[in-house]
Amino acid sequence: MIVRDVICPFCACLCDDLDVHVEDGRVTGVDNACDLGSHKFMTDHRMKGPVRRTASGWEEIPLEEAIRETAELLEAAERPLLYGWSGTCGEAQSAGVHLAELVGGVIDATTSVCHGPSILAIQEVGHPGCTLGQVKNRADVVVYWGCNPQHAHPRHLSRYTTYADGFFVRNAFKERKVIVADIRGTDSTNLADEFIRLQPGGDYAVLGALRAIVRGKGDVVPPEVAGVSREQLYRIADLCKTAKYGAFFFGMGLTQTAGKYKNIRNAIELVDELSRHTKWTLTPMRGHFNVYGFNEVCTWMTGYPYAVDFARGMAFYNPGETTAVDILARKECDMCLVVASDPAAHFPAEAVEHLASIPVVQLDPFPNLTTAFARIQIPVAVSGIDADGTAYRMDGVPLRLHRVLDRGYPDDAGILLEITRRITGGGSR
Amino acid sequence: MTELLVKNAFVIDPLNGIRGEVMDIAVRDGWIVESVGDGAEVIDAAGCLTLPGGIDSHTHICGTKVNFGRYMMPEDMRAGRTQRRGVMHSTSGYSVPTTYGNSYRYCAMGYTSVLEGAMAPLEARHTHEEFAATPLQDTMANTLFDGNWPVMEAVRDGDVKRAAAIVAWTLAAVKGFAIKLTNPGGSECWGWGKNVHCIREMVPYFGVSPAEIIQTLIRANEMLRLPHSVHLHCNNLGVPGNYTCTIGSMDLAPDLNPDRQSLYLTHVQFHAYGGTSWKDICSKAEPVAYTVNRKPQITIDMGQMMFGKTTTMTADGPMEFNLYRLHHNKWSNHDVELETTSGIIPVYYSRTSVVNCVMWAIGLELALLVKNPWQCLLATDNPNGGPFIKYPEIIALLMSRRYREEELKTLAPGTHSRITLPSLDRELDWHDIAVMTRAGQARALGIRSIGKGHLAPGAEADIAIYPIRVDKTDPSRQYREVIQAFQKTAWTVKRGRPVARDGEILVPGVNKTIWARAKVREELDMGRDPEFARNFDRYYTVRMSNYPVQDVYLQRSLCMESEAQL
Repeated sequence: MIVRDVICPFCACLCDDLDVHVEDGRVTGVDNACDLGSHKFMTDHRMKGPVRRTASGWEEIPLEEAIRETAELLEAAERPLLYGWSGTCGEAQSAGVHLAELVGGVIDATTSVCHGPSILAIQEVGHPGCTLGQVKNRADVVVYWGCNPQHAHPRHLSRYTTYADGFFVRNAFKERKVIVADIRGTDSTNLADEFIRLQPGGDYAVLGALRAIVRGKGDVVPPEVAGVSREQLYRIADLCKTAKYGAFFFGMGLTQTAGKYKNIRNAIELVDELSRHTKWTLTPMRGHFNVYGFNEVCTWMTGYPYAVDFARGMAFYNPGETTAVDILARKECDMCLVVASDPAAHFPAEAVEHLASIPVVQLDPFPNLTTAFARIQIPVAVSGIDADGTAYRMDGVPLRLHRVLDRGYPDDAGILLEITRRITGGGSR
Repeated sequence: MTELLVKNAFVIDPLNGIRGEVMDIAVRDGWIVESVGDGAEVIDAAGCLTLPGGIDSHTHICGTKVNFGRYMMPEDMRAGRTQRRGVMHSTSGYSVPTTYGNSYRYCAMGYTSVLEGAMAPLEARHTHEEFAATPLQDTMANTLFDGNWPVMEAVRDGDVKRAAAIVAWTLAAVKGFAIKLTNPGGSECWGWGKNVHCIREMVPYFGVSPAEIIQTLIRANEMLRLPHSVHLHCNNLGVPGNYTCTIGSMDLAPDLNPDRQSLYLTHVQFHAYGGTSWKDICSKAEPVAYTVNRKPQITIDMGQMMFGKTTTMTADGPMEFNLYRLHHNKWSNHDVELETTSGIIPVYYSRTSVVNCVMWAIGLELALLVKNPWQCLLATDNPNGGPFIKYPEIIALLMSRRYREEELKTLAPGTHSRITLPSLDRELDWHDIAVMTRAGQARALGIRSIGKGHLAPGAEADIAIYPIRVDKTDPSRQYREVIQAFQKTAWTVKRGRPVARDGEILVPGVNKTIWARAKVREELDMGRDPEFARNFDRYYTVRMSNYPVQDVYLQRSLCMESEAQL
């Protein structure tokens, strides 16, 4: 059987044109996906069922017992953290936010270690954005700053930019100029018409210089800014100002390097400045397929995109205080429910050390580094493969993930609702 | 079977000609009936004002741009926090509350149905997700067609049937309720950073004018026999001198429907400005209201502006950018491929600003100068003119000349010569208010037939009981009591169930979404049209098969079907 127009649950491009071949309850082939997406569909290393750590190893336990114990741990905890969420669907995220409110916990997503700074910048100055089809159909200049889409979002260029012919850009490869800013050459910089090779940590200065030139204050720019020559800066400013439609994409090379959210603010203000001359938009290259979905769900439910603390019965948001890494590093957190992510692989050592010292329950289809110290792991269906649900693309377009097969795993939304039901005693409050 | 009896209710029910009578209202299984048995639950209204549940025919509460307003403004979220309590979730937000915040606050004010003013079809799923988390109101979504490429192509070709067929397919696909045109043609121009400034300017490449888009879609709307009319946000919002453009847009509307208007113009306050710049802006509510008075085919809503902090958010992307260049605070924009755009900026409306004072006066002038309250509905374009929690103050301003005079004293010097409000004596009565906050909306939206906006047997039992005695209150003098009463019902009944008492929410609730499907002949079904499908898959970035909103997103779904006459 071939399932058509399947949405890929790997990165936030959410390519929705995959053909998935399914035979005997297994995926046997995937057409149109990139290597990353294909691999996710084809991989078969799932855990069989829930497991609990024992003194000497692991024991298999019934699902019901795993759910009961998780509910008890959450109820007993004084400062539970519900973390992860970027690799699951909106329905599970919504159940997670309700659960966090119920137990007075902190809920945070992988956002706080990827595009959290982008959100802080947006909260200062706003976000001139668009859906990706605007870029495909109109853009004649595209900027990739601090990201390597060829590796992290392999079909971004063919679906939305460099190779994507659009309505007003009939031959994209010829008509569209690509500018890539990075500290080193990559497979993406190889495709650039202009490669801005800047010194590490130089983003803020280079963006500032570009803003000055666009504003007509180029005389303050020195001959070289963070390794970039004034001549190149003028050339780029001119390219941007004379574009019919420009699109600025950026990744963690901008969000997680020196300057952090101030870098993003500078990028947004550059786009703002350019908008006074021609049309420009800006889009963060969100990573996990539904990390943006968490920000959306959490915002309409709590008012804030991530890092929400319910300890006082209302939603409280203060990144740097209520973010997962900080709660762990301060050793406040006394129980952690990890859903659809792998904090052990990404958090700083002191946060991971504390995580290893408290009860951790993990809902994830696959074993990962966090499994190494989890007390319980409940393997769940993979959103977009054997569970359906909603995901938000990096530009905010919501799509319904397909369920292409049934492997008999429960989905995480259902498990979270069951945990909630146990804590509330069955009735609706 | 569940039964409820509301006793001793002082009922004003304009759609049934009831102008104030003490009566009992019987309810069975969510619907109003002639009588109920002795076992029915009883609410004693004690002679208090009892109205059909409030209906907001233009508000921004759910969807991509509303949520982005929250996302970019933690300061607004902090300005309106409540704790989790009883069945109530915690809420955040002042001008753009969270979905539960909107739902609880509307419910406490007796509002039971609301129409989201602008939904981009491509992002409809998001709006429906937020509707599902708006548990205490029935919801509808205006669906944006202002910059829709296939529609503009059909308009250019003079093919009204094809335009209608595209609308029918899209509304059914995204479970939308009505056709919304926000700055028609302007959204496409904004794709290049440009705009149109009135109804006769041409949209680049597509070669159509806003006037042609408006006229074609008015005819298409009536061919599809949709419940609501075309819902128009005129071109040139917020620009001094724009009233001529507004009147020109009104003049485009033929009178095609005996049951309701043929064109609904929203937030007309923002479109009734005279003058040539911010320096000489003045009210042109008079000529605009005069045009409404001689055109029964037009209904407007006020778009009242109220002083204080709020957030502007609209599908009028270029307008928001202009506003941003005026305010210099923060600006978000979101263009949607092949369809539309949107923008958001926070604002503070100040009594020290002559411009803001003129805006405040214009909204009230419109409501007082339009003779027929069925043609001028009460709304703020929430949150653009101010958050909906200000509605009680607007009601009081319309009912009390004395209150208006008190307020007029506080305005910036120089305001009075630019407005006509000080010369208007009219005071609206309770019946006018009932029309402007529910009955008029039900008629304008075409939802009376499904039991909305009235209280006769057969109506859905959405009832608001306000803690005020009409026979013992003189609104002209006791405007403070009027404000208080409309802020918090004694009881709100939704679908036959008491859902709020004295502002406390009693049940979790379940949302219902009302949408429209016009059935068209097979050869006009765009789902089978090869050209439509080819262009869809070529220019959108989602496949046509992944575009429609699945049934699972609607917890309760009420589809209003019509037989299109194409």
